[in-house]
Amino acid sequence: MSTPRYSIPGSAPSVPPRDPEGPGATTAQAPDAMERARSVAAVLAESQVEQVLAELDRDLVGLAPVKQRIRDIAALLVIDKLRMNLGLQAETPSMHMSFTGNPGTGKTTVALRMAEILHRLGYVRKGHLVAVTRDDLVGQYIGHTAPKTKEVLKKAMGGVLFIDEAYYLYRPENERDYGQEAIEILLQVMENQRDDLVVILAGYKDRMETFFRSNPGLSSRIAHHLDFPDYSVDELQQIAERMLAQRHYRFGAGAREIFHQYLERRIQQPHFANARSVRNALDRARLRQASRLFAERDRDLGRDDLTTLLPADLLASRVFAEGSAGEATP
Amino acid sequence: MITNPTGRITQGQFSFLPDLTDDEITAQIEYGLRKGYAWSVEYTDDPHPRNTYWDMFGMPMFDLRDAAGVMQELRECRKTFPGHYIRMVAFDSARGIESITMSFIVNRPPSEPGFGLERQEAAGRTIRYTVKSYATDRPENERYR
Repeated sequence: MSTPRYSIPGSAPSVPPRDPEGPGATTAQAPDAMERARSVAAVLAESQVEQVLAELDRDLVGLAPVKQRIRDIAALLVIDKLRMNLGLQAETPSMHMSFTGNPGTGKTTVALRMAEILHRLGYVRKGHLVAVTRDDLVGQYIGHTAPKTKEVLKKAMGGVLFIDEAYYLYRPENERDYGQEAIEILLQVMENQRDDLVVILAGYKDRMETFFRSNPGLSSRIAHHLDFPDYSVDELQQIAERMLAQRHYRFGAGAREIFHQYLERRIQQPHFANARSVRNALDRARLRQASRLFAERDRDLGRDDLTTLLPADLLASRVFAEGSAGEATP
Repeated sequence: MITNPTGRITQGQFSFLPDLTDDEITAQIEYGLRKGYAWSVEYTDDPHPRNTYWDMFGMPMFDLRDAAGVMQELRECRKTFPGHYIRMVAFDSARGIESITMSFIVNRPPSEPGFGLERQEAAGRTIRYTVKSYATDRPENERYR
């Protein structure tokens, strides 16, 4: 009766740990089987990380170098797990990362998946993602920054802290900027509490490079620098088809080719934001489709009418109107 | 006091048990977080049994997912107040409860001198009783040195 029903980490449990919350029961037993794993297949089967990797391949278009790097990281973690099971190495590898790439190349999406992968492999305990920007870390007056940063760090413990547009943390033009203080606290936690959280810094490539040059301490503590390449027109087209399918739309006769032309023109123009521009273009096409249908008051609209984007919906775009030389706003 | 001859304060949960180790504290915090409680750290050096309002060390920690953040706060509090009583408090924000659901002491002064019973002779042959900690003879922050 007096034996405790909880097990203390690191001690031999006298009773098998029981989790009263149904779905959590499998995860509570998983670590045991993980400890006994001796082959790569056993770890993969136990952690179900292959599912996440397959999802990554299936759901995300392009990004070949990024996917390869994630595969490498997953492989390293699996092998480390096996080494640990044989008592070979106790030190956990550093998993802090930086994601650089142009806007709309999928940095946030990949970060979400990364949290999932790290969680399945047991590198982070909870596997949630806390996405923040400068505003969430840096305070407005003296003494405001440290508690703010620490609070965010505490929320991210056991998961992944994703700092979007990280270069804003450091403002060289203002030497009394509080961003420096946030960076120092971040550095300390990144170094001392490596097994408690993983930090991912994300931002545009050129500005991130300047940021790392001016904060060498930060750069050296990041083990993985992942660069997200821009999408090709064909990849963007694929992305567009997926977005449409998700929202139950489709391209009508000829619209696919028109959209391809649209992309070729749009890519040349300033402020092109890859997948985000595609989404915006499709949103505007939906808008035009809606007003086209709205104009025909007395027509009975069937399923096909409501789901089809016609070439006219795309051709009305400013990208076509002003030609490729125009300074069209997105 | 007779029921507690060692003079150890017994407030909240687990206070008749030996001091919890850090691993045990972590396990308790994990349990609370799974239930959706918000943890906070409180400290005091006034050990009177009726002293329920302790000082807060930092803000209550809402939206946490892992015990590591709470333990970090506890470590900081221990560093600042090594000779104080420190307790962990869990707040349940569920509608209809909205109050403290867990509370246990995680840090004690190295020695606890215990309590003396004071008698006050009042009107007639009435005697009023009260307890007083020997530690509170000295001013705040100088007790337990």
